[in-house]
Amino acid sequence: MILTDGSESSIKSFLRTLSPVDQVGADARAAMLATRSIKTSSKVWAIDTAISMIDLTTLEGADTPGKVRAICTKAVRPDPSDPTVPHVGAICVYNDMVKIARDQLDASGGKDIPVAAVSTAFPSGRASLEVKQRDTEDAIANGAQEIDMVIDRGAFLSGNLAKVYSEIEFIKGICGDKAHLKVILETGELVTYDNVRKASFLAMAAGADFIKTSTGKVTPAATAPVVLIMLEAVRDYYAMTGKKIGVKPAGGIRNTKDAIKQLVLVNETAGPEWLNPQLFRIGASALLNDLLLQRMKIRDGHYAGPNYVTLD
Amino acid sequence: MTFEYAPAPESTAVVKLKPEYGLFINGKFVPAKDGKTFATINPANEQHLAKVAYASESDVNKAVAAANEAYKKIWSKMPAAERGKYLYRIARILQERAREFAVLESMDNGKPIRETRDVDIPLAAAHFFYHAGWADKLEHAGMGSNPKPHGVVGQIIPWNFPLLMLSWKIAPALATGNTVVLKPAETTPLTALLFAEVCQQAGLPAGVVNIVTGDGKTGSLIVNHKDIQKIAFTGSTAVGKGIARAIAGTKKAATLELGGKGANIVFEDAPIDETVEGIINGIFFNQGHVCCAGSRLLVQENIQEELLEKLKRRMALIRLGDPLDKNTDLGAINSAAQLAKIRELVGSGDAEGAERWSPACDLPAKGFWYPPTFFTGVTQANRIAREEIFGPVLSVISFRTPQEAIEKANNTPFGLSAGIWTDKGSRILWTAKHLKAGVIWANTFNKFDPASPFGGYKESGWGREGGRHGLAAYLKGVH
Amino acid sequence: MRIDVKKTYKLYIGGAFPRSESGRSYEVKSAKGVFIANPSQASRKDLRDAVVAARSAQAGWSSATAFNRAQILYRVAEIMEGRTSQFVDEIVALEGVTPAAAKKQVEAAIDLWVWYAGWCDKISTIFGATNPVSGSFYNFTTPEAMGVVGVFAPQKSSLLGVVQSLAPVLAAGNTAILIASEKFPLPAISLGEVLATSDVPGGVVNILTGITAELAPWMASHMDVDAIDASGLSAAQEKEARLEGVENLKRIFAFKGDQTPQRVLAFMENKTVWHPIGI
Repeated sequence: MILTDGSESSIKSFLRTLSPVDQVGADARAAMLATRSIKTSSKVWAIDTAISMIDLTTLEGADTPGKVRAICTKAVRPDPSDPTVPHVGAICVYNDMVKIARDQLDASGGKDIPVAAVSTAFPSGRASLEVKQRDTEDAIANGAQEIDMVIDRGAFLSGNLAKVYSEIEFIKGICGDKAHLKVILETGELVTYDNVRKASFLAMAAGADFIKTSTGKVTPAATAPVVLIMLEAVRDYYAMTGKKIGVKPAGGIRNTKDAIKQLVLVNETAGPEWLNPQLFRIGASALLNDLLLQRMKIRDGHYAGPNYVTLD
Repeated sequence: MTFEYAPAPESTAVVKLKPEYGLFINGKFVPAKDGKTFATINPANEQHLAKVAYASESDVNKAVAAANEAYKKIWSKMPAAERGKYLYRIARILQERAREFAVLESMDNGKPIRETRDVDIPLAAAHFFYHAGWADKLEHAGMGSNPKPHGVVGQIIPWNFPLLMLSWKIAPALATGNTVVLKPAETTPLTALLFAEVCQQAGLPAGVVNIVTGDGKTGSLIVNHKDIQKIAFTGSTAVGKGIARAIAGTKKAATLELGGKGANIVFEDAPIDETVEGIINGIFFNQGHVCCAGSRLLVQENIQEELLEKLKRRMALIRLGDPLDKNTDLGAINSAAQLAKIRELVGSGDAEGAERWSPACDLPAKGFWYPPTFFTGVTQANRIAREEIFGPVLSVISFRTPQEAIEKANNTPFGLSAGIWTDKGSRILWTAKHLKAGVIWANTFNKFDPASPFGGYKESGWGREGGRHGLAAYLKGVH
Repeated sequence: MRIDVKKTYKLYIGGAFPRSESGRSYEVKSAKGVFIANPSQASRKDLRDAVVAARSAQAGWSSATAFNRAQILYRVAEIMEGRTSQFVDEIVALEGVTPAAAKKQVEAAIDLWVWYAGWCDKISTIFGATNPVSGSFYNFTTPEAMGVVGVFAPQKSSLLGVVQSLAPVLAAGNTAILIASEKFPLPAISLGEVLATSDVPGGVVNILTGITAELAPWMASHMDVDAIDASGLSAAQEKEARLEGVENLKRIFAFKGDQTPQRVLAFMENKTVWHPIGI
């Protein structure tokens, strides 16, 4: 089903058909879902599921091969003392660390853990199309199986939607069938829920395989109402087109409580079909250790401490 | 991959149930003069909770006498600021004992712990806090420079929000300088009796608040008592009319909060996902046991199909079950009698040709339960479009133009509440202007606040509760 | 014989208790001329910092619900009540009154604070309005907080005067810089300790002790102070302040111990909104 032909007027017409969002109502729905109490067996399931959905991330200027190798080993075997802990969903690094990550994962038993590269002049997206193209091509050549691109927020906010659309379409073309494309909306800069809804549909229509909340470099990032809006968008898009698009919240999900709230949002919005790493990922770094500590508490019956997880 | 939520029960250990409760008269718990009692049960499992005293005529007389003494000797002489401080104390103690009240309310009423914890109890405390601040500011309230209370007021409250309705009645009554004899509903006396303990903890002078448990007869005794000049009643329209008849020709004043058949109007440009939440909240919150429930969905015909699809999908997520489970959305129907009423009216809907839909729902074996339900193909003449069901049952009616929406919304003897869903501000204000309803929610529903006056037009009652306007009921000669 | 641990009286700015950046202090003596303490002598830079703190706290304080503000202010009264004897001691020492009279002042101050707390969620009900304009328009007027208010507490009252001036300003949703009475500053700082322990966000109230005549011109001329309660200024100082305040049209009022919602309204601005009513 063709929702838009990519021209400015066609995109604008399409986006105008979308229902408005009431901010207070959306906040209230997210807040109500946050009161779900997930305990005992459902908590065990939720923790392991969350672990398997993590895109374990390091995106710092100071990243070194050593740092990247450390998180890759962690990704394969999050808890050295417990082989029943599932491996994470993916590794997420800058372009020039992709090969190091891929090699390390392959060497430590992580062949089926994909490497995602951030691309298109992440995090700002302020560069020419040529630079964004080269950024993406390099990542894929180095072995990235997932591309996390950023949209041009300046173009979105100034009403140049065709530019936003065409860039996504273009990068998707480069990805082809070699890599899946996550489109980062940077919801903190879009601010309104109406913008988040519109940007979600625009990205999906242009070819996104996943829509992602944030770069993690801007607050607010993956707030519950924003994730709610995006889950509603993929749910509605599926009803319109038969295509399931994934959602990735990133930034601000620091502990087990936060992660479980995300799973509840998925469960009661898009539905249980989205509760797997193919359709839901969590971009995080510190979260993994908190999940492990909570897992240990349930396993051992007492609270664990930071000495019992690895600091990478 | 399904995400099952394991049971997450709230512990009842925080509640110390007594086997038997007395009447709260003149600051003490006393048995009924003739020793009569009746039982209250947990409607979610039909288990016996406690015995409470049954107040007969001499008990009611004692309570009124205590309230009168307290008024004359203490309360009317107390500086207003000090009166206010008692109310602040009560508010703070309710906050301190919030969990205890929330669990007890859920056990006695059948409503989910999430609602008692997040709505009922906090609002009740807020009501006392808000009204505490009015006690010494009445001369600024636009009710005259020296407004005077009635004296002893008689208050009769329903079972749907027991503690909250108690706070709606007692807080303004005390703030304005009255003393109180209050009768909680027959099936939900326990939080009122626990409230009596709070009055003791707050050091409230004996006789200022009196709680008499009983049934309709006890209520009549209060209404007809010669020393009660002011009655406040929340309950059914039928009983409300009975009270109005009883006081006709006397000098007694009454405020009445009665039934409703609220229209929730959805225009084509409504924010659809939030609207679905608003519809759900409007009729399934508190099991639909809400006088201001949005029990009629008036949907613009051109979006009816889309809206109902989304509504069905959302209703399938409603979790019905143990009210003390923190994940329960829909609790038990308050009593066998109420369940019978719901079934009777639903039966009429089936018989009159409307089409019924509920999601698949496992009802527990014991207790009183009804699944979330809506009817389509409803016309204005159907009983389910006109009579208050007071349960989780929604009647869906369509309209084509805003004028038609107004006509259908207003075409009822009730006039308590309405909802408006649209993206257009001017349409919200136009629709609100034309609706004959005392409380109108736009792009939201079932929001309550001590500062916001609540009450109905037409047969939904007399007077308002809450806000500046709600003080009027408790001051002599003020409207 | 036990030697007591004497309190150092510092300023209260942004939720913390710094000394004056100038390093200065001044001597406060009892009514009998006996030394009591060396509270900080605030400088114009301390005042500048206090204004910055008040401004950054203002958006949060005014956008909290009225109920929330009322709860916080009531909590302040709860904590004040617990500190009654400390306030009594300070008042007895400073003002030379009897402990019974001092206790009466403290009780009056607490009750007055509670009174204003109860105004937070009633002001707009009583003093706002829906206005019956001609034409199909919904028109309403709502009073809003002005912003940052400089408060000069009355000179002759150590605690009650502070409450008389400060409580209404806060009930309105403003944030404040309070200049304490020059001779009787100590209960104001103890009140700062109360505020710091009762859920009042840092910066909502800032308390400076020092020389009124030194601080007044800097407050009056500060372009980021929206209004002033000049009750603690002399007639001459007040006139000076009005002249300085002209630059940003400060709203300046002085009161004589009045207990009235007018003191809340004085520090509020009325906003009127129109909206069409139509299909």
